[in-house]
Amino acid sequence: MERLSYFEIFSQIIGHFWPVWIALVVFFIVSYLIRNHTGLYGKLFASPIGLIGLGIVMFWVFTAIFADVIITFDPYGQISGMKNKVPGTPVRGLEGEYYLLGGDRLARDVFSRVVMGSRSVLTIAPAATMFAFMVGIMLGLVAGYLPGKFDTMVSFLANLVLAFPVILLFYLMVSPAIQETGLPTMLAAVMFLFPIAFFAVLVNSKLYTQPMKRNIIVGFILVVGFWIYLGLAFDSDPLGVFSMDPNLLNVFVSVVFANSPTIFRIVRSLALEIKTRDYVAAAQTRGEGTWYILLWEILPNARGPLIVDFCLRIGYTTILLGTLGFFGLGVSPESPDWGSTINEGRKILTLYPHGAVPPALSLMSLVLGLNLLADGLREQSLKD
Amino acid sequence: MLRFISRRLGITILSVFCLTFIVFILTNLDGNLVKLAKFLGSQRMSSEQVETWLELNGFNQPDVVRYGEWLGVLPSYQLVQDGGKILGRCARPGVSLENTPKYCGIFQGNWGWSVIFKEEVDSIIFKRLALTGWLMLYVMLIMVPVALVIGILAGMREGTRTDRTLSTFSIISTATPEYVSGVLLVALFSSNAVGLKWFKGSSASAMENITFENFTLPVATMALYGMGYIARMTRASMAEVMTSQYIRTARLKGVSFTAIVLKHAIRNALIAPFTVIMLQFPWLLTGVVIVETLFNYKGFGWTLVQAASTNDINLLLGCSIVAVVVVLMTQLISDIGYVFLNPRIRVS
Repeated sequence: MERLSYFEIFSQIIGHFWPVWIALVVFFIVSYLIRNHTGLYGKLFASPIGLIGLGIVMFWVFTAIFADVIITFDPYGQISGMKNKVPGTPVRGLEGEYYLLGGDRLARDVFSRVVMGSRSVLTIAPAATMFAFMVGIMLGLVAGYLPGKFDTMVSFLANLVLAFPVILLFYLMVSPAIQETGLPTMLAAVMFLFPIAFFAVLVNSKLYTQPMKRNIIVGFILVVGFWIYLGLAFDSDPLGVFSMDPNLLNVFVSVVFANSPTIFRIVRSLALEIKTRDYVAAAQTRGEGTWYILLWEILPNARGPLIVDFCLRIGYTTILLGTLGFFGLGVSPESPDWGSTINEGRKILTLYPHGAVPPALSLMSLVLGLNLLADGLREQSLKD
Repeated sequence: MLRFISRRLGITILSVFCLTFIVFILTNLDGNLVKLAKFLGSQRMSSEQVETWLELNGFNQPDVVRYGEWLGVLPSYQLVQDGGKILGRCARPGVSLENTPKYCGIFQGNWGWSVIFKEEVDSIIFKRLALTGWLMLYVMLIMVPVALVIGILAGMREGTRTDRTLSTFSIISTATPEYVSGVLLVALFSSNAVGLKWFKGSSASAMENITFENFTLPVATMALYGMGYIARMTRASMAEVMTSQYIRTARLKGVSFTAIVLKHAIRNALIAPFTVIMLQFPWLLTGVVIVETLFNYKGFGWTLVQAASTNDINLLLGCSIVAVVVVLMTQLISDIGYVFLNPRIRVS
C-alpha cells in the first residue's frame, strides 16, 4: 500500500474527529440560543476573540470525552514494524488502516496517543486548579478580611512558596524518598479538606436560620465529602469507588501546592478592596456572621477577576503538568499525556520530529484557547 | 524609606534561612541518605551496615545540628579511623588531619563535596553559572527590547490593526512554553524531516564557543515565552498612560504624537514592566532548566537536573541556595525599584 499524502492525512484526521464536530455545533447552537440567560458566559458571543478561545477549549473538552471513539489504535499497543514510521504509513496486514501521525519510538500510534492524552490533561489540570482555588479562596478571604497574626503568617508562608523555584519544588516533591516519608499524603490530607470545609461553611452560613434544612444538606456534604476524601487522600475508600494512583496524587499535590499561593494573594487583595464597600458594611450592621460576609457578600463580588484567573490558571497548570512530564516526573512513563509524550519524542527529535510535534502543538493550542477565553471574559466583564 | 528597605531586607534574609532549611530537610530524608550510603559504600550493604556507615560519617545527628554544620555556625563532625582516615564533612581525600578545618560550612565558603562530579560544589556551580550567564545575557538582550517595543507599539494606539496583530503575537507566545517552542523550533530548523538545517539542535559546542548556529535556538526558545508576558504588561501600562490627563493636555497643546509617545508616555509606561521583568527571573530559571536539558547545554539548569536526579545532596543544596537567593534578590530589587521609580508611591 501507498503512504498517504499530507492532504489525505489531514482529511482523515478531520474525519476521525466527527463526534467532536457534531458536539461543537450542538454546543454552540444551544449556547447561542440561551445567551441572554447565561450572564457573563452569554456575553462572550459579543467577543470574537473569546469565542475562538471557547471553540478551541471545547474542541479539546469534547475530544477528551469522545476519545474512545476517535482513536484508531490502542494508545498503549505496539505494532511490529511501525517503529518511528513517518505520518501516513499503512499498517502492515490491516487493509486501509494507517498510522495517521506516524509511530513513536515504541511503535505506538502517535495520533491515538495524542487524542488519549487530552483526557489525562483535561481531567488533572482543571481539577488541580479547582483545588488550588479552594485553598486560595478560603485562606485569602480570611487573611484579607481579618488583618492580624493569621494574615501576616499565611502571607509570609505564601511568599516563601512563591520564592521557591517551581522546578526544584517538583524535583523534591516527586522523589521516591519523599513518598516514603508520607509527606505528599499529609499535604493531600490538609489540602483536600479545604473543598469540604468550603462547601460546608458555604451552606451553613447561608442556611443557619433553617436548622432542619441546614442539617440535612451539611450532613450530606460532610458524608459524601469525607467518603471521597478517604478515597483520594488515603486510598482507603471503604466502598472502593474513589482512589488515586500514588504517583498521580504526588503530581496533583505538587501542582496544587505550587498554584495556591498566587491565588491566595489575588483573593486577599480582592477581599482587602471589597471589604470597604457599603454592602459589606450593611451586612456587618445587620449582624451577619463573618463567614456569611466572606462567602456570600465578598466572594460573589470578586467573581469577575477570579473567573478570568481560573481560565488563565488552567492553562498555566497545563504548562506545569507538561513540564513535569517533560522531565519524566509525570504520572507514569507509559502514560499518553502530552508532557510525557514530548519527553519521549524529544530524544529523537532531529531524526524523527513527528513524535513530539503533535503533542506540543496540542498543548500549545489548548493553552492558547484558554488564554483567549480569559481575554474575552475579561473584556466582557469590564464592560459592565 | 530606610525603614522600608531594612524591613524588606530582614524578611528576605529570614526567607533565605527558612527555605534553605526546608531544602536541607527534604534532600536529607532517610531514603536519600540510605542511597548515598550505598553509593559511597557498596550497593550490597545490609541495612545494619548502612546504619553503621551513617553513624560513622556523622549523618545520624539531628537535622538541626547538621544544618548548623552545613551553614558553618557549628563545628563539623569529625572521626579519625584507625588507619588515619578522616571521616566527616570537612574531610577531603589526601588532606591530613592538621589541615582539615574545624568549621566548614557555607559561611566559610565551603559548599561541600559533590559525590557525582567529584569536585567542590562551589567550583562546579560558579563554572556552570557562568555558562548560564551567557545564555541569560543573550536572552535578556533579545527579549527585553523586543517585548518593550511590541508593547509600546501595541499600546500607543489601542484597538488598531497593529495593536491586534501584536497582541495576538504576544498571546500566542505566552501560550507556548519552552518545551513546546523548543521542540517546534528544532523540528523546523534542524531536523532531517524538514531539511532546513539552519541551526544546530544541540548547543553542547556553545559551551566553548558561542556561534550563531549553535546558540540561536536556545536563546529564541527562552526569549519567546517570556516576551509575550512582558509585552502584554507593557501594552496594558502604555494604554493606561495614553488615556491619562497629562497626555490629553499635551495633545491639546499641539505636541506631535511622536513627541508625546517618546517624551511623555514611555517613561511612565515603563514603570510597571520593570517589576514584571524583575519578577521574570525566577520564571526564567525554570526556562533555563528546560532549555539546557533540551539543548544539552551544560549550565546551571542542567546541573540542577543532574543533582536532583542522581540525588547528589551537597550539589542540590548548593543549586537550591543559588536559585532561592536569586529569586529573593529579584523580588527585593523589584519592590525597592518600584518605589524609587514611581513618584506617586511614598512609603512611610
